[in-house]
Amino acid sequence: MDQSPDKALMDQILVRYRVEQFYTMEAELLDGRQFEAWLDLLADDIRYWMPVTRNRNFGEWDGEHTNEGEDLNWFDEGKFELEQRVKQIMTGIHWAEEPVSRTTHMFSNLQVIDESADTLLTRVRFLIYRNRNETETDFFVGKRHDKLRRIGEGFEVAAREIYLDQSVLQAKNLTIFF
Amino acid sequence: MGGDAPHKYTGDLVNIERGRISREIFSARAVYDDELERIFPKSWLFIGHESQVPEPGDYILSRMAEESVIFNRDRRGKLHVMLNNCRHRGMRVCRADSGNARKFMCPFHAWTFSDEGALIGVPKLDTGYHNELDKSQWGLIEARVARYHGFVFACWDEETPDFETYLGDLRFYFDDYCELPDGTFGDWQAFGGIFKWKVPCNWKFGAENFAGDYYHNPSHASVDQVVLSPAGTKGRHTYDEVTRERELYKLNICVTPEGHTARGELFKDDYDYIPTYQDMAVVEDYFRECYTKRQERLGEKARWFGHGGTIFPNVSYSNGVQSMGTWHPSGPNETEIWRIFLAPKDAPVEVKNVLRHYVIRYQGPAGLTEQDDMENWGSAHLGAKGTIARRHDFHYGMGMGYEQKGWPVEWLGGEVHATEDVSEQNQRAYYARWAEMMDTPPDTRRHPVSVEAAE
Ligand code: FES
Ligand SMILES: [Fe+2]
Repeated sequence: MDQSPDKALMDQILVRYRVEQFYTMEAELLDGRQFEAWLDLLADDIRYWMPVTRNRNFGEWDGEHTNEGEDLNWFDEGKFELEQRVKQIMTGIHWAEEPVSRTTHMFSNLQVIDESADTLLTRVRFLIYRNRNETETDFFVGKRHDKLRRIGEGFEVAAREIYLDQSVLQAKNLTIFF
Repeated sequence: MGGDAPHKYTGDLVNIERGRISREIFSARAVYDDELERIFPKSWLFIGHESQVPEPGDYILSRMAEESVIFNRDRRGKLHVMLNNCRHRGMRVCRADSGNARKFMCPFHAWTFSDEGALIGVPKLDTGYHNELDKSQWGLIEARVARYHGFVFACWDEETPDFETYLGDLRFYFDDYCELPDGTFGDWQAFGGIFKWKVPCNWKFGAENFAGDYYHNPSHASVDQVVLSPAGTKGRHTYDEVTRERELYKLNICVTPEGHTARGELFKDDYDYIPTYQDMAVVEDYFRECYTKRQERLGEKARWFGHGGTIFPNVSYSNGVQSMGTWHPSGPNETEIWRIFLAPKDAPVEVKNVLRHYVIRYQGPAGLTEQDDMENWGSAHLGAKGTIARRHDFHYGMGMGYEQKGWPVEWLGGEVHATEDVSEQNQRAYYARWAEMMDTPPDTRRHPVSVEAAE
């Protein structure tokens, strides 16, 4: 095998490209309200977690986020629970999403932190714009740490940590997906 | 300032006799300003649970109406609730949501307060103040504190009766909430973190909804079609599965004149436990054992299964998911909701996990159930604002004249009325109390905090 620096770089670019393609498709599904198709991108054993963020004194930042599996979290669930959220929207009478939100999911600053034969660890910054009814507008901005599992040439999301940069949630609900 | 505004509430904006309430009370700035003076400083307000500050020095920030307060345990173990506000120029002296501290130093000019609120440090006390500042008069403003089975409330007004008197005949229902699943007064443990979020509606929409609105089930038609309850069957309540096979009264309970409310189910017999968590042996065993113990302990009173209610003015308790939700006023058009959730401290971790997963999927901004409530409160609030709309009162007359006292059983309480299934009696009791306080100008009673100390 050719192990020249160019080859290593090309491999990295290829991985990046595939992850970007995957996230772009994912955002397309969410913004296109293809929630059931979006669920297919999630591993059956996915962990989907968003902690609550707290203001802490300098040097006590380890307590800034509530703990998974222990404290209150905005989300701390698996696929079954996410499926219920989608089902609820698909009833057409989930009033918090009726009329359904207009969303635009954006991501940037992609890093592939770690890579093995089966999985990738990635990080992105996300910016989600939501608008509903006439004037309801929210921006959700933060960091997302994913564990992606390789499926053929593509991926499935095996774990997702979502860090929203707000302590008091500025939106009235979290009916959207991150 | 609306303190002297010529509003008349009882019989006018709040006409309980006719079952009508003006939309103004949700949207008018002058009404809101009156509430800040006449309701909140005179009421016992929910602060938090003792388990949120377990060790000496522990503190969290809480809120009383619009204002930040420090809820802490001092080095001797005593609980305090103090205005988070420097007596010099009003800086927040504590700016972290939680932590452990022996003193609070103001970032502006460094006045320093002890964990008991005493002013203990003033820079340039000699050269600047010429030692003429009486530090004993300039400590943090402290509220009265009441501990009730671990739940902590505070009040600014010295003349408000003690908390137990204030609770009145809600006591039976709030005790039921405070009891562990086995019917004993053991320790609850708050999960780490507080849900805090903003909803574009007046603070009373949440308070009156939780007071007892069995009529609003259509709000939740979507969640009733998916799986939320840990009983693993369709629907949102664990008890839906259990009560299907029971003969019961579904009751709205209001406590007069205090304006507190409860809702729940009264079983018609001493039924046995029904298997609920079939797939989770540890959880099933825990709740089965608790159920039996509770029956033995409480006798026929164990037939009462509370669902929740509202303690006047702005905290709602939810049984089962064991939460306390506080409706903090943030202007007439916005509420900042804070929610904590608790579990029996000594329950197996499996039980705690089931409760935790259930509550965070049920209530809060990510809660499948509460999301739809908030949507409707927001819309109702908009509906209370229009120039034309405001000329037309809301209808609060459901079940009027059908309230019964000492029914279906005598032991439900003294100054307590009950109606079955759907009724707005609880909202009427709540707003009757609200209107009575709103008609009492603040200057007819002692000022809520001792301003003389500032002279
Ligand atoms: S404002 Fe606190 S010391 Fe001046
Ligand atoms: Fe509801």
